[in-house]
Amino acid sequence: MFRYVLRRLALSLITLLILIAVIFLLTRVFPSDPARQLAGPFGSQERVDQLNRDLGLQDPMITQFGRLLRDVVTLDFGESYSQPGERVLDLIRPRLANSAKLVLFALILTLPLSIVGGIIAARKKDTLLDRTIVNIGLASSSIPEFVSGVLLQYIIGVKLGWLPAVTNIPDDASLITELRYLLLPALAIVFVYFGYIARITRAGTITALDADYTRTAYMKGLSTRSVVRKHVLRNSLQPTVAVTGTQIGYLFGGLVGLEVVFNYPGLGLLILNAATAPDFPLLQAGVITVAIIFMLCTLGADILIAYMNPRARMNLKESS
Amino acid sequence: MTVTEPAGIADRGDPATAALAVQNLELAYEVRGVPREVLRDVTFQIRPGEAFGLVGESGCGKSTTAYAALRYLPDNAVVQGGAVLANGVDILKMSNSQLREFRSTQASMVYQDPVQAMNPALKIGRQVAECYQILGQSKSEAMASAGDALRRVKIADPVRVLDRYPHQLSGGMLQRVVIAMALTGDPKLLVLDEPTTGLDATVEAEVLDLVRELRSETNAAILLIAHNLGVIRSMCDRVGVMYAGRIVEEGNAQVVFDNPEHPYTKGLLNAIPRQGVRKTDRALFTIPGNLPLIGTPLPTCVYVDRCPLADDVCRTQVPPVVPVGEGHWSRCHHIDRLAQITEPDAQITEYDIGTDNVIQLNGVSKTFRQRGHDVPALVSVDLGFHEGETLGLVGESGSGKSTLAKTLLGIHSPDSGGNITLRGREMKSKATDRIAESTRAISMVFQNPDSALNRMWTVRRILKRTLTKLTDVQGAEADRRVEELAEAMRLSPRHLDMRPRQLSGGLKQRVAIARAFAGSPDVVVCDEPTSALDVSVQAAILNLLANLQNDERTSYLFITHDIGVVRYLADRIAVMYLGRIMEIGSTDVMFSEVNHPYTEALLSAVPSVDGEAENRIPLTGEIPSPANPPSGCVFHTRCHRVIEGLCEVTEPEMQEISPGHRIKCHLTIEQLSVPVEIKESATLATLAD
Repeated sequence: MFRYVLRRLALSLITLLILIAVIFLLTRVFPSDPARQLAGPFGSQERVDQLNRDLGLQDPMITQFGRLLRDVVTLDFGESYSQPGERVLDLIRPRLANSAKLVLFALILTLPLSIVGGIIAARKKDTLLDRTIVNIGLASSSIPEFVSGVLLQYIIGVKLGWLPAVTNIPDDASLITELRYLLLPALAIVFVYFGYIARITRAGTITALDADYTRTAYMKGLSTRSVVRKHVLRNSLQPTVAVTGTQIGYLFGGLVGLEVVFNYPGLGLLILNAATAPDFPLLQAGVITVAIIFMLCTLGADILIAYMNPRARMNLKESS
Repeated sequence: MTVTEPAGIADRGDPATAALAVQNLELAYEVRGVPREVLRDVTFQIRPGEAFGLVGESGCGKSTTAYAALRYLPDNAVVQGGAVLANGVDILKMSNSQLREFRSTQASMVYQDPVQAMNPALKIGRQVAECYQILGQSKSEAMASAGDALRRVKIADPVRVLDRYPHQLSGGMLQRVVIAMALTGDPKLLVLDEPTTGLDATVEAEVLDLVRELRSETNAAILLIAHNLGVIRSMCDRVGVMYAGRIVEEGNAQVVFDNPEHPYTKGLLNAIPRQGVRKTDRALFTIPGNLPLIGTPLPTCVYVDRCPLADDVCRTQVPPVVPVGEGHWSRCHHIDRLAQITEPDAQITEYDIGTDNVIQLNGVSKTFRQRGHDVPALVSVDLGFHEGETLGLVGESGSGKSTLAKTLLGIHSPDSGGNITLRGREMKSKATDRIAESTRAISMVFQNPDSALNRMWTVRRILKRTLTKLTDVQGAEADRRVEELAEAMRLSPRHLDMRPRQLSGGLKQRVAIARAFAGSPDVVVCDEPTSALDVSVQAAILNLLANLQNDERTSYLFITHDIGVVRYLADRIAVMYLGRIMEIGSTDVMFSEVNHPYTEALLSAVPSVDGEAENRIPLTGEIPSPANPPSGCVFHTRCHRVIEGLCEVTEPEMQEISPGHRIKCHLTIEQLSVPVEIKESATLATLAD
């Protein structure tokens, strides 16, 4: 198991390296001139040349890439272009915390609900209950989170006034207050992911319930409860874990629409603003942050799956 | 349907004291609200300590009966009548907790596929120990009991096996583990559902030996389900023959197999290649028609549509239970006319085998590279076959049979040094490099026609494409040839416009054979072409292959694990072990002269439906990994005739012990003729590593 983690970690680092290279190249193909932008439309050509030299924008690409790698390792991405004087890391840190809070809260609501829903649907396959769960899931996942977000905001936040409609959380808010502010956007995420995760869990559970080893467990004289808990879940939840792992990574950077709707300062909004500015150091750092989180989440999911399924450990050994 | 307590069955004693008494069980599967009958008035009894076998072709309801004995039925199963008594208690009426108690202490089951039957995510120890925890033992007690349980099923190193995951063990070892779990708490009833199907003959023999031994130890009653009549005969006291959900004959296993008293039993037994019958003796008996579809209402004799004796009485009245001997009965109206069912006539045809080799393999080796290691899958194989000849290829899984076939077909390229010639001309090693003539000359029939045929295409299109690809025949001429081909395979014209999924297993295999013959090949490689088929269908396919060969003078490379089949069809037999040919000779001499010790063990492992009791020679341990073959003679680690100091040092040369009969062994004919003594340690299952 330990060797598996090491191997898997090494693979992740290689993936990350390739990702950083792609991000680096993408930011270079933007049709813009950061030095001119910093100098302002009326800045002198000397000023622009000076900035180009200072920022190292005329160094060979490989040197610039090396610098980026060093920045990643030291977690120092320099100063923002669009907000001069601000360290990029200081801009990212609070945004990352905000995104983490929202995503975690949404997951805590979504996962138990959808996993239990999926298992119940699988156990009651082809009954009314099953169809209800599956169809509610399908319907709710087909609405984008920023659309359901707007609806929630209008109905619960504005019309009924039960919860804050925007997330202007006071600085000294307690955890409970904070969660009250976050509940509406989190619910929008629940809507999208409930159906998705419940369906994956349902499919995995149906396969496991039909498996011969489940029959063996019943024949040993175990109760249905024990069969499901000891034999089915360990096998049936593997796809759920895999999907959840990749989706968490997505949620950190991909909730721009929801952040706009609720005016919530998360990572997605930061990256969008950095891209439109454009603010290269911030953009690169933001995207790399999301990439690292993505990598960590899939890594975590894979390790968890390897723990659940001994054959997954073997497979990596064979393929490498 | 009127239910009468048949006299022959009532003789068997008080159902309340039977280990299992199934009484007039009627069971249906509900499909879209319509109940489809699968068990019809099934009645039988197993006394404590008795072994009862159920035989029949797939779909006859034998597995449903087995699962009904532990009340493990799908949600759509409806019991329409009858009872299943275990020691007098009707398990169909038990509460859920009583049923759990019954399964954990009174009855247990061993399944067909041990690899699937074990939870892949949990270690063996935890899964075995769980059985004891259910009985109330603590975790550590249960783990100790689990070790003892594995020792009881003769696993040599239980502690290490407990610490493994299922995928790290072989099928035979896992089946021992499943049996160990089944024995928890000394159940009074042990249900075995095809426990050895899918295992190698040698492993099958070991598992059966084990069950036999445990049976005398525990006095458990056994319900054994198997489609292999030999397995039933060698294991069971009594047997019930099932057809379309009804037991049509029941009696002492030996008596039933030697003197069947029902047309179906008789047909089933005659369809099996047995008693050393060869294709030159006679065609195999086939049962015309197909099994009735599940749920078809069958108010009369269930076998009426396929029975050669059927008349109006059979179509209008359910046959009564007719006692035909001591505890032996049959459900047939016309037992007096059974003698009218005769075996197929003796064949007068001599099979015409040429003298020139069509295909010749010269020193062909194939080495795979796996994780930086060389894995020799074939080691300098020399093999040739003549025109119109069938060469049977036998050996355990992993012996290199399929690699040899794939190398011949050009799917694998042999290592440099060896070559394959077609009528004296060397062929390119890769199929894609071969000239059209070589591609046409060799074709293949696969084990599983389902995955070998394009599901989206009609039979006509499948055959026409092969024909136009491999030969110059095009257009209307090709259409005509396709129809001829279908006719030669006894496919009717309407089958040509069907898709594979609309055809039965036997018809699909006929299509696959038609495709293989489309290019008038010189050699057809048949990889277990009948092992997925029921015996009556197998007989028809074997007859077809034999006839085609006679008409077309095609050569076959016939890969199989079924000794009866290979003996029937093959002119010569080659035995492989770890990528080497250990013995080769004509079928006659293989079964009359002395054999290589490996062949000797293989042959002794086959349970025979003819009941010729032979001294079984167990193969010690598991087949070694080809990546790390034993020194000297590769078979010395498992050989019962090993000469220490010689066999593990020097690899023996092929020696010719009679014209055309060669073995790769150090021993002389005299030494090989001495009967062997079996050591107790040879029956232990050891880990291969």
